[in-house]
Amino acid sequence: MSKARLMQGNEACTEGALAAGVRFFGGYPITPSTEIAETMAKKLPQYGGTFIQMEDEIASMGVVLGASLAGKKALTASSGPGISLKQELIGYAAAAEIPVVIVNVQRVGPSTGQPTAPSQGDVMQARWGTHGDHPMIALSPWSVKEAFDTAVMAVNYSERFRTPVILLMDEIVGHLREKVELPDAAELDIYPRRQPSCTRAEGYQPYAPAEDLVPNVADFGTGNRIHVTGLIHDETGFPVGNPKITREAIDRLHQKIAIAADEITHVEEYCMDDAEYAVVAFGGTARTAYEAVLQARAKGIKVGMVRLITIWPFADKAIKALAAKVKGILVTELNYGQLVGEVERAVAGKCDVKLCAKYDMTIFEPEEILSDIEALAGGKA
Amino acid sequence: MRKQIRLSGSGGQGVITAAIIYAEAAVAEGWEAVQSQSYGPEARGGASKSEVIIDKEPIYHPHVSVPDVVLAMTQKAADKYHADLHEDGILVLDTDLVPEPPKCKNVIRIPITKLAVEEVGKSLFANIVALGALTKIIGLVDLESVKTAVSHRVPPHTIDQNMKALQLGYDAVK
Repeated sequence: MSKARLMQGNEACTEGALAAGVRFFGGYPITPSTEIAETMAKKLPQYGGTFIQMEDEIASMGVVLGASLAGKKALTASSGPGISLKQELIGYAAAAEIPVVIVNVQRVGPSTGQPTAPSQGDVMQARWGTHGDHPMIALSPWSVKEAFDTAVMAVNYSERFRTPVILLMDEIVGHLREKVELPDAAELDIYPRRQPSCTRAEGYQPYAPAEDLVPNVADFGTGNRIHVTGLIHDETGFPVGNPKITREAIDRLHQKIAIAADEITHVEEYCMDDAEYAVVAFGGTARTAYEAVLQARAKGIKVGMVRLITIWPFADKAIKALAAKVKGILVTELNYGQLVGEVERAVAGKCDVKLCAKYDMTIFEPEEILSDIEALAGGKA
Repeated sequence: MRKQIRLSGSGGQGVITAAIIYAEAAVAEGWEAVQSQSYGPEARGGASKSEVIIDKEPIYHPHVSVPDVVLAMTQKAADKYHADLHEDGILVLDTDLVPEPPKCKNVIRIPITKLAVEEVGKSLFANIVALGALTKIIGLVDLESVKTAVSHRVPPHTIDQNMKALQLGYDAVK
């Protein structure tokens, strides 16, 4: 019997997180992310997990960090205003190397903006929302099925690299319902939380990096007394005011992600074999961009699409390769223009880069992107 | 073979639920389906719109461009959402709630809410009456599949009333 069913993006995100082993959710409801909290409240008890609605978004971020330190895979979900409030503790998670997933179902900002309307305006907030030098992983799904897949990836990456991961959804995909067939749990690769490989007596230090530069920090309550801080610390976990240790600590935070960047930077290409022009798109907007690419193809324009699934780390290699291949790139995003700056940086003048931006509460129509593709191709059909 | 359907009304009339149920029935029959919605920040009374696209092929852009069928459950929704209807498209109106039908080639007027109140006992069932009518008008998904989808989605103690509402809507289309 077919397992196909109609499912909403927010529900699929929840299912993915549960399948990846999330057993703790702390949050505070906000449109358009609320269905994630609702589904978690219903489902987590069935998995022996814990759902807690906190008094606000800051406490919601604190409680998931506590749960993660105590050994549970933990997730919170919110939208713009709530994500802004969580920033300080997202930085704490990066510094103290606490695995956690933050789902941001983007809506129009700034501030309370347009609560029920779609946007992709938090691309740069995902990267730089919290202060200081830190790496960031952010993923953005374009379909309900991919909301499931990227939720699994987000949990796995947060555990593997002991870092906060932002699942950068948008209202388009979060509220969309479509036909999906979800994989069985047995088909998934789930990254288990790594445990200390030796005891204190044998020299265990909670923040000593393993070969992949990620430390095996003991979970609270497993017999190791450890110190966790947002201050720069050495292998013991205690703060140190020392230039060398500071530099090494910040280097390691970046390097643990950088050495795996090729593995975690997911990009998909469409109609690119003979393409002379390319649309770069991500999230729900990529659905409309693809429709526009197909319409342009029907008119004889050799255009393809490169879709970023991983937003951060940025797909430098893929975009540099693209710049060497095509005459022009059109970046489509549902904001005033954020990702386009990264594309321009990677392209470094090797080809034209144009922006197709929209920030008026409504999603793109294919015709709007099509006319920009035609303009980019200079009317050459 | 793409069908594009738009259901509109005001928040609380259940047009989003009706759209979800229709899409669920389509998926159960093996179709590709996407359902999207837009609504104001109000829980009730604001504008509410839901769109369903059904196709054999994958569906990318999730919004309806040229609807084949538009359901309007308020005058405001009828005025706002009929304009881009396909030239052979059908506008379905609640007779009493849309007293001034927009000029359109194919208009079907059904006393949707009145049927729900008088025959099933509550205006709450208006969306299911509308769903029955749409099932007949669209003619893509079988009534049986829609019945199954309704029974999966509504509270168990209301299934009989919902089945009655669905059939009333279906039979109201001549």
